[in-house]
Amino acid sequence: MVTDMTKQKSDTDNTKTAGDVTSDKLVAELVNVYYDKAHVIKDVSLTIQPNTVTAFIGPSGCGKSTFLRLINRMNDYIDGFSKTGSILIDGADIYDRKVRVEDLRKQVGMVFQKPNPFPKSIYENVIYGLRIQGINNKAVLDETVERSLRRAAIWDEVKDNLNKSALSLSGGQQQRICIARTLAVEPSIVLMDEPASALDPISTAKIEELIYELKTQYTIIIVTHNMQQAGRVSDKVAFFYIGELIEFSETKEIFINPKKELTQNYITGRFG
Amino acid sequence: MSRRFDGNRIKDKVFQWFGIACTLFGLLMLAVFLISVLKEGIPRLNAQFFTSLPSRKPEEAGILIPLFGTIWIMVLTSLVAIPLGVASGIYLEEYGKKNRLAALIEINITNLAGVPSIIYGLLALEIFVRILGLGKSLLAGSLTLALLILPIIIVATREALKAVPKTIREASYALGATKWQTTWFQVLPASSGGIVTGVILAISRAIGETAPLIVIGAMLYITTIPSSPMDDFSVLPIQIFNWLSRPQKGFIINATAAIIVLLAITFILNGIAIYLRNRWQKKVKW
Repeated sequence: MVTDMTKQKSDTDNTKTAGDVTSDKLVAELVNVYYDKAHVIKDVSLTIQPNTVTAFIGPSGCGKSTFLRLINRMNDYIDGFSKTGSILIDGADIYDRKVRVEDLRKQVGMVFQKPNPFPKSIYENVIYGLRIQGINNKAVLDETVERSLRRAAIWDEVKDNLNKSALSLSGGQQQRICIARTLAVEPSIVLMDEPASALDPISTAKIEELIYELKTQYTIIIVTHNMQQAGRVSDKVAFFYIGELIEFSETKEIFINPKKELTQNYITGRFG
Repeated sequence: MSRRFDGNRIKDKVFQWFGIACTLFGLLMLAVFLISVLKEGIPRLNAQFFTSLPSRKPEEAGILIPLFGTIWIMVLTSLVAIPLGVASGIYLEEYGKKNRLAALIEINITNLAGVPSIIYGLLALEIFVRILGLGKSLLAGSLTLALLILPIIIVATREALKAVPKTIREASYALGATKWQTTWFQVLPASSGGIVTGVILAISRAIGETAPLIVIGAMLYITTIPSSPMDDFSVLPIQIFNWLSRPQKGFIINATAAIIVLLAITFILNGIAIYLRNRWQKKVKW
């Protein structure tokens, strides 16, 4: 399975090197973030192509999670948060005054570090995003539940127990329910904040496999502490260190031939 | 060395026994009180006692009017205090910015919860009875008690909301929910047990209050069951206070019987609160 995945990946890499500028999914330019006076993101610029997996790596507190949460504006509710610079998705500034943050979050989904299903049934978890949009048509909801659970590779495990509480599932299953719940809203970007760090190795493998499959329909950005995981799932890697983007390039490139010494030291485990 | 060690052991033992003695003292006093009340009052608890109007003869007097007064007060106070208190709690916890002003408001609310109830009575006498011209009515009494328990409900609501993990809110926001949707669909259902518990405890405090109602002038001899919020009223604690100040032995017995009724209502309310709290703690596991 693993060898199969690596082979497929190198194929997609080859086709993508010719990618044109106009199709950029996300463009961040000179982004700075402050929490009160603390300067936590420093002049970060990066560009992400559609249907790719980008991994953010770096030691704890380096700003990678903060940067990830800029993309669906989850930092907005934090007191003392302020930012400069711009982040464009499909060419539009997501911090523009006219943007309704709720609409942005339908377009940019997020999966969290710890599985956080609502204390409701599996079914209700998956359709929550639709319910809050006022969609109550039973046929639409049923169809969405099946499609989303299938995409999250958990349909077969739960299809007979859709009314069971999502909290009764294992951690790995809960996390896939959370992924299904995110996909049900039909986002184009999926943010994942260390989605497998609270899971056992088998569940982790399932999530990684899933990430690889989801790439065909979504643009995925994943924060991870696990170098092997970054190597397995991502097309590109961004290495953050104390709020700065140190290096951002093809995954193979960064692991085999990093340009900065800091990157090399980090990925070889000399600090972190 | 060993002497000091022994000294500490003795101190340890002494304190242990002192602690036990303190606990027993409190329990014993309560038990003595309860037993004497029950012994004197229970024989008086018959149908006549519940269905009779006030009377100059103790054996003909009953608690019909103050009992209805207490029920009226309970309902009206709830109608005012629950929406105001819960909504304030939600605003302060979910919407309000956590700045200096918020900290100041928080300290003041906590302090208000500790203000002696007679002060609320004085405030209510001026505002509700005189300025708003509500008189000594049920409405004036209910507003007074609502004011009194508002801080308790606000604090309980905030504590219950605080107990809901941040991850649930984030999950909801991340799916495109607004603040209100997140509060309504996720946070309130998850915290309802705690809120309801706080509300019930606050109400059970309200129905035991006497002082503020005496201040606004509810200590009356009434012979009709109140039928509207603007009617004059009496409540159980005031009736008890009233009877206890009479010289005849029969009225003292009436008072103890009324105490049993009031205690029963309070215990039932607290029992419901404890039941809900336990059920809520068992159900919600994150």
